[in-house]
Amino acid sequence: MSARASSSRGERVLRAACLVAVAAPLFALTALIVGVVAQGAPHLDLDFLLSGPSRFADRAGLYPAAIGSLMLIGLTAALAVPVGVGAAIYLQEYGVQGRWARLVEANIATLAGVPSVLYGLVGLEVFVRALGLGRSLAAGALTLAMLALPIVIIAAREALRAVPHELREAGLALGATRWQMVWQVVLPVAAPGILTGIILATSRALGEAAPLLVLGAVVFASDPPAGWSSPFTALPLQVFQWASRPQEAFAQAAAAGIVVLMVTLLLLNATAIALRDRARRRGA
Amino acid sequence: MSRLVPLALALTGALSACLSRPAKPRVQVDGSSTVYPIAEAVAEEFQRAHPEARVTVGVSGTGGGLKRLCAAEVDIATASRPIDVSERAACAARGVDFIELPVAYDGLVVAVHPSNTWADSITLAELRALWAPEAQGRVVRWSDVRPGWPDRRLSLFGPGVGSGTYDYFTQAVVGRARSSRSDFGASEDDNALVSGVAGDPNALGFFGYAYFESNRARLKALAVDDGDPRNGPGAVAPSRESISRGLYQPLARPVFIYVARASAVRPEVAALVDFWLFHGAALAAEVGEVPLPEVVSVRVADRFARRVTGSAFARPGAQVGLSVEALAEALR
Amino acid sequence: MSAVRPRVERIIEAGLGASAGLSIAATALLVVTMTVEVTRFFAEVTPAQVLVDTVWAPLFAAPRYGLWPLVLGTAVTTMLAVAVALPLGLLSAVFIAELASPRTRRWLKPTLELLAGVPTIAYGFFALTVVTPALQRVLPDLPGLNTLSPGLVLGVMITPLFGSLAEDALVAVPNALREASLALGATRLRALALVVLPAARPGLQSALALAASRAMGETMIVAIAAGPSATMTAYIAQVGLGDVPAGTVAFRTLFVVGAALFALTLGLNQLARRPR
Repeated sequence: MSARASSSRGERVLRAACLVAVAAPLFALTALIVGVVAQGAPHLDLDFLLSGPSRFADRAGLYPAAIGSLMLIGLTAALAVPVGVGAAIYLQEYGVQGRWARLVEANIATLAGVPSVLYGLVGLEVFVRALGLGRSLAAGALTLAMLALPIVIIAAREALRAVPHELREAGLALGATRWQMVWQVVLPVAAPGILTGIILATSRALGEAAPLLVLGAVVFASDPPAGWSSPFTALPLQVFQWASRPQEAFAQAAAAGIVVLMVTLLLLNATAIALRDRARRRGA
Repeated sequence: MSRLVPLALALTGALSACLSRPAKPRVQVDGSSTVYPIAEAVAEEFQRAHPEARVTVGVSGTGGGLKRLCAAEVDIATASRPIDVSERAACAARGVDFIELPVAYDGLVVAVHPSNTWADSITLAELRALWAPEAQGRVVRWSDVRPGWPDRRLSLFGPGVGSGTYDYFTQAVVGRARSSRSDFGASEDDNALVSGVAGDPNALGFFGYAYFESNRARLKALAVDDGDPRNGPGAVAPSRESISRGLYQPLARPVFIYVARASAVRPEVAALVDFWLFHGAALAAEVGEVPLPEVVSVRVADRFARRVTGSAFARPGAQVGLSVEALAEALR
Repeated sequence: MSAVRPRVERIIEAGLGASAGLSIAATALLVVTMTVEVTRFFAEVTPAQVLVDTVWAPLFAAPRYGLWPLVLGTAVTTMLAVAVALPLGLLSAVFIAELASPRTRRWLKPTLELLAGVPTIAYGFFALTVVTPALQRVLPDLPGLNTLSPGLVLGVMITPLFGSLAEDALVAVPNALREASLALGATRLRALALVVLPAARPGLQSALALAASRAMGETMIVAIAAGPSATMTAYIAQVGLGDVPAGTVAFRTLFVVGAALFALTLGLNQLARRPR
C-alpha cells in the first residue's frame, strides 16, 4: 500500500501497541479456557454427560440439562427459521418499497439490539402467564425464538442480497413466477449464507441463560423433559446453578459444564464461519 | 439445496419425536431455598428408588412456592415459615386445600468471616439495633454495634425479601416481619450469601443452618444471647444439639412442606411424601438440618395419613420461638 | 417453468408478508408488555419516587423506588467495559485493517470472531473465580461481589464486537485518502492519525455506541460476579429468579427497570445508526 518504507519511531511504537492490544484479549481468552479446562477436566467423563444432577458434587451430571437444551433449540429453530427466512424473502424479493418495508427494517434493527434479558420478561408475561403455557419448554422456545428471529432475518437478507441480480432476471425472463424464481433460483444460491445465519442464531440461543432465568426454568430436574409442556432446565442454567454453590466441588462441575458448552458453541460457530467463507469465495 | 429445507424440518421433527416420550408421572415441588437441600436430597433418593416417576424442584422462595401451590401450579410447596393469613385466603379462594407437615428444624446462623477475631457472640438487642430500619445508613461500622469492636466497615448480607428466612428473622429480631434496613447484600440464594460472607473479612450475614454446616471451613458462627435464662444462660452457639433442644432461641424454627390435598390423591405424590416423612430424618441430618424428634415425626406421619388439612398456626407471630414441644402440642 | 398460478402466488406472498409482520408483532409484544406493567406500576408509585429517591429497596416493608443506584451501577460497569474495549478494540482494528499482512489477517480475523462466541456465563464464571481473587490481592478491601471485576471482563467480552465494527469503519475509508496523504509526504503513522482516523470517526463512534449498548444489556456476567442489586440487568435476573408474586408492585419493578434498560439501549442504538 505504501511506497514509503521507512518506519518512524512513532510507527514502531504504534505497531507494538497494536500487537499488545491484539494479544491482550487473546491472552485473556486463553487464560479463561485454560482455567476452565483445568478446573473442569477432572470432572469430565461419560458419567458426567449421562447422569442427572445430584446434591453430591462428584455425582452431578448434566444429562437432563443437555437434552433440555437440545429440545429447546430444536423447537426454537423450528419456530424462528421459517418465520425469519420468510420475512427476509418477503423484504428482499417481493421488492416492497415504501413505509411498510421501512417500518419492518427499522423494527428488525431495534429487535436485534434488545438486551436478551428483556425477552425473558416478555416471555414471562406473555407466554407463561397470559397464554397460560406455564414454565414449559414451549414457553422457553417461544421466548428464544423471539430473540433469534432478528438474527435469522438479518443473516438471511445478507445472503439473499448477495445473489447476483442477473440470476433473478434470467429466471423471470424464462417465464417463472416470482415464487418459482425465488424457490428454484435464488434460494439454492443463498442457502449456504442462510444456513450460516441459522447456525449463528442457534448457537446464540444455546448460550443464552438470562431470558431462561427470568422465565423460571427449574433448578433440579431429575429427568430430561418429557414433552413440550414439561418444566425443563438447560445447559447454561445448570452451570449457573452449580456456579452459585460455594462448595469447590460444584465449581468443578460448573467448569466442566462450561467446557461442554464452549466446545459445542465452538463447533457450531466454526461451521458457520467456514460455510460463510466458502460461500463468499464461491460467489466472488 | 432446495431440498435442504424439507430435510431440516423432517430432522427437527424426528429429533423432537424421539426425544419426547410418554409422560412419566410427575411431582412438582417449589419453594424455600432454605429447605431446598432437603428437598433435593429427597427428590434424588426418591428418583433412585422410583425411576418411573419424575420429580422437579424449583427455588422460587417460600412466598413464591406457596403462591404457586394456591394457584394449583405445584403439588408441594416447601416453606421456611408457616403459611400466613393472606396466603391461606388465596388458597381458600381458589378452593385449594393443603396439608401442613413440619419436616425438620432449622436454625438461623449469624455468620462472620473466619478471620474475624473480635466477635464471638452477639446479643439479641445488638442484632435488633443492627438490623432495624432505623439502622439504615447509621450503623455502618463494627464499632457502632458494640463499642469494644474495631472501627471497620460493616458488610451485611441477608436473604432477599421473598425469603421465608428473611420473614422469620425480621419477626424474631426486629419484632415485625419484613421490617429491616435495606442497605445490605440481599440474595434469594443462600449460596450467594455464604460466598458473600466467606469472601469478605468485614462481613456479617444470616442464613439457614444447613448452609453453614456444609461450609463450616469458610465461616464462623456467632453465639446468640437472647437474654432469657430459661433456655440456657448467656450466649448459645448454633449446633444440632442446641437447636433441637430449644436452646438456640429465638433463631430456631420448624420448616414445612405444604401438600395440595388434590395432589395427594395421586399415587406418585403420596409416595413422595411418605418417602419424605420416612427418610426425612436421615436425609435432613445429612444435609445439615436438624431432624424432628420421634414424638413429633410420629404425629406428622399420622397427620398425613389422615390427610388433615389446614394450618395449626392461626395467629400471626405465633411462630417465633416455637420450641419442639410447642410444635408437638400444636399438631395434636 | 410452468404456467402462471396467480392464486397460489398470492397465498405465498401473503404468507411471507405475514412472517415479516410477525417480526413487528414481536416488537409490539415487547412494547405493549412494558407499557402495561409500567403504567400499572405508576398507578401506585409516583414518578417522583422513582426519579428523586436515592435508595433502591423495592421489596422491603418500607419500599424505596429510587432508580438511580441501579442506573449508576450499570453506568459504572458499562464505562469500565468501554474503557477496556476502546483502546484494545481500536488498536486491534488498526492492526488488522492497516498494518497486518494478508496472511496474518486470514487467521487473525476468524480467531477474534471466535472470541465473540464464548458464552457469557463462561465470562461470568471467569470474573468470579479468577479475576475477583486476583484483584483482591491488589485491593484487599475489595468485596467478593463488586462491579470492578465484571466491568473489566465485560470489556474483554465486547472488544471483539467493537474491534470488528471499528475495522469495518476503517476499511470503509477510501484508499484514495490514504494514498493522497502519503503522496503528500506523511508517514503511515501520521496518515493514520491525521487522515484515516478522523475520516472513520462517525463509523467508530457508531461502533462504540453499539458495543456500549451490548455491554449495558449483558446480564450473566454481572449476575454472577456483581451481586443482585448492583446493576439493572443483575436486578432483573435475581428477582426474576426468585419468587415475587405476579400482579404486585414489587413484580412490576421488574418491568420498570426493564423499560429503563430498553430506553437506554435503544437510545444508544439509535445514536449508533445516525452518527453526527
